[in-house]
Amino acid sequence: MIGIVDYGAGNLHSVQKAFSYLGKSSAILRNPSELSGIGKLVLPGVGSFGHAMREIQNRNWHGPLMDWLIADRPFLGICLGMQLLFEGSSESPDVCGFSVMDGICRKFTENKVPQIGWNDIIIKKEGPFFGGVQSGDYFYFVHSYHVVPEKKDVILAETFYGSLYTSIAGKGRVFGVQFHPEKSGDKGLMLLKNWEERC
Amino acid sequence: MLTTRVIPCLDVEDGRVVKGTQFKRIRDAGDPAELAAMYNSQGADEIIFLDIGATYRNRKTMVDVVEKVSRLVFIPLTVGGGIRSIEDIRTLLNAGADKISVCSAAMKDPSLLSKGAEIFGSQCIVLSVDAKRTGANWHCYVKGGREDTGVDALEWAVEGERLGAGEILLNSIDKDGTQSGYDLELTKKVSEKVNIPVIASGGAGSLDHVVDAVHTGKADAVLLASLLHYKTYSVLDIKQYLREKGVRVR
Repeated sequence: MIGIVDYGAGNLHSVQKAFSYLGKSSAILRNPSELSGIGKLVLPGVGSFGHAMREIQNRNWHGPLMDWLIADRPFLGICLGMQLLFEGSSESPDVCGFSVMDGICRKFTENKVPQIGWNDIIIKKEGPFFGGVQSGDYFYFVHSYHVVPEKKDVILAETFYGSLYTSIAGKGRVFGVQFHPEKSGDKGLMLLKNWEERC
Repeated sequence: MLTTRVIPCLDVEDGRVVKGTQFKRIRDAGDPAELAAMYNSQGADEIIFLDIGATYRNRKTMVDVVEKVSRLVFIPLTVGGGIRSIEDIRTLLNAGADKISVCSAAMKDPSLLSKGAEIFGSQCIVLSVDAKRTGANWHCYVKGGREDTGVDALEWAVEGERLGAGEILLNSIDKDGTQSGYDLELTKKVSEKVNIPVIASGGAGSLDHVVDAVHTGKADAVLLASLLHYKTYSVLDIKQYLREKGVRVR
């Protein structure tokens, strides 16, 4: 069973609808006591880095999520959920992320902010996550900040918006995607399916 | 690279699409879910549902439409028309909308933009600007283009961005329905004035008009209604033409 973490930020239903379309059962988890029986976790998110981390603390999700990530259990962070896997963000300089991967998030400077729309990915490190998905495939992005990993080995894919930035990061069984796979048509659904079945 | 979005707009009343009766291979041209699925398969980058009825019953039907479409179509869905409160926004987002477009209500109470952005994030708040040329400038109109507010459209777009709108849906009242091309001057001025994406709307009557909106008007996305509904073009045709003319599309 897939668990979708609800910490009060954003629309979780679209992620659940995408899994349900794929024939995968998922549950929206309102508190950590509902984690039993969950094999895979999705952390969606919109809004600001600081607000999200505070809500995660306030709703007692911080400890359980940290334990999950340290144990390297299957995890997918979407959009802000990806950024939270890093150490911090210039959006909220005084707030710490989960620090699964080294690096921080920075704001786009070269183009219109937020970046809204379909952009393509350049795969940097192949793996089962990408089955059927290729460089040049398009995904739907909405974001003002992007991760800047310190170590190249966590960069799974890059995207160009004024300059190249990391659009998919991964370490062990923990993955983060900057775009919205649940809103990226067939290719997005394919990534969700790959993640659930192979990662 | 980021691509220019092609966005079909469906006018919905009482749960039915009220424009576009000339579709082939569609059992029921009035069913929003079936039309949305068709546009999705043609490569539409997003779909906008415009609620053109204003009754309470109509609003409830719109929620059902969004609920249904979001189970079948996995691209961004925007809903606009008659949205007045944070509660309206919440209900539609919960039903499966990704973005909400507000027009008259934001003009009357600009805090709808700032509160909406604060609670749900700028990414889902679209400011719809209905602009009509008045002398050398453009004024914002409300109530479906019937009432002149006297507010300068460029200034309102800038103010909307400051308040928290994540996108501007820019509709030219002069051009709307004329099929004589987008208001390129207006589109360019607004697009250069704000730092958020601008969706050009109103006036597309040929494939070249769409190209002009991007090249000359600097639009980040184009809204299409009549061109899709009454002509023989599919989203695929439009994207193919844009590609030939050097516009990046998905």
